[in-house]
Amino acid sequence: MLGQIAYALPFLAQGFAVTLWVSLLVVVLSLVAGVMMGVGLVYGPAPLRWAVRIFSDTIRGIPILVLIFFVYYGLPAVGLHLESFWAAVLALTLFKTAQVIEYLRGAVGSIPKGQSEAAMAIGLTFRQRLAYVIFPQAFRRFLPPWINGVTDAVKGSALVSLLGITDLMHAINQVIGRTYEAMPLYILGAVIYFAVNYALSLASRRLERRFSFIRE
Amino acid sequence: MGYTLNFNLIWRHFDKLWGGLLLSLELAVISIAIGILIGLLLAVWYVSAGRAVRTVIAAYVEFIRNVPLILLVYLVFYGLPTVVDIAYSAQTSFIATLSLYSGAYLVEVFRSGLEAVPRGQLDAGKAIGLTPWQRLVHVRLPTMLRITLPALSNTFLSLFKDTSVASVISVPELTYGAQWINFNTFRIVEVYLVVTAMYLLTGYALLFALRLVERRFRAAH
Repeated sequence: MLGQIAYALPFLAQGFAVTLWVSLLVVVLSLVAGVMMGVGLVYGPAPLRWAVRIFSDTIRGIPILVLIFFVYYGLPAVGLHLESFWAAVLALTLFKTAQVIEYLRGAVGSIPKGQSEAAMAIGLTFRQRLAYVIFPQAFRRFLPPWINGVTDAVKGSALVSLLGITDLMHAINQVIGRTYEAMPLYILGAVIYFAVNYALSLASRRLERRFSFIRE
Repeated sequence: MGYTLNFNLIWRHFDKLWGGLLLSLELAVISIAIGILIGLLLAVWYVSAGRAVRTVIAAYVEFIRNVPLILLVYLVFYGLPTVVDIAYSAQTSFIATLSLYSGAYLVEVFRSGLEAVPRGQLDAGKAIGLTPWQRLVHVRLPTMLRITLPALSNTFLSLFKDTSVASVISVPELTYGAQWINFNTFRIVEVYLVVTAMYLLTGYALLFALRLVERRFRAAH
């Protein structure tokens, strides 16, 4: 049994690399999209605010799995052909973007209004206000939940296995299909996911403590 | 863009989706009921126990929270029966998994709720001569429940969405119904539009109802 698992390890490692790659892409892309849309939600004109609100509430209201299937099976029907890997990344990114929008809204919303007004009074432009006044203060509120949410991206990435992408989850199922050693392999998989995510949540807790004091 | 929407086939098979939605709700309700039980017991035990028990409970919570739900679903359905001599249906297996899953999240919710009960209330309970058990049941738990109600609603809503993972072990809930129609009629866009609308409407209706309950509860005290 142990021999078989040892034999499968390089294959599992490849799957693990795909899991990390998917997670990384999703985290980075959603950070960019989410911050931009979040700023639109807080500061944009009414139509943009409504559009972002509807986007966020819709995405957060449906299961990720449905979103993945919708993107994967639905896009070709409207003439967009994406490889399964990119369809999965797109679906997970949409989902994560909605979360990032809410983290940003919460973080920016926690900054007292006087800060913005003071910045305006000394003649800073909108960009300068964001860059020098709002974002540096909102950052400490944004960071801990965001890092905590990275574990969601890693856990969510296991769903891409359902599109036949050989991530860690899919690799485990394939090895089980050959060796019939279900329990040891699922436990091994659980331990790997746990190690990654627990490290991330420890990091987020540490950051939370580091940033928990607020200089008024 | 050579695709015209045609919902006829969806309506013909709508019973698959309707039945699936009801099953999704059923799975979520049963799982959160068991999860609340697990969460309450472990949280009360945690706050009064020594270090060893705390470590074990924390290990359970951290393990569940840091592993993908889909892996837990596979582990319980395909893995567990290979080492323990038990047999269960996919549905039972999923309910067991989701209960353990929600239990882990709820331990945290209830534990922080218990710790948020003001010290003065417990002292007041002691002062009027309540036994420790009475203080728990009549003072600590009611206050804790009021504090944790919003978190409970949110957990229930995310469990409702998580029931979609049951489709991977062929439990015929809503997402499974969608896949069935997808594979049998190829009306892909239509079926996922309808299913998305069903998840959204149900989810927000539940949210609205739960917020009403929360408000009533707050007004009553």
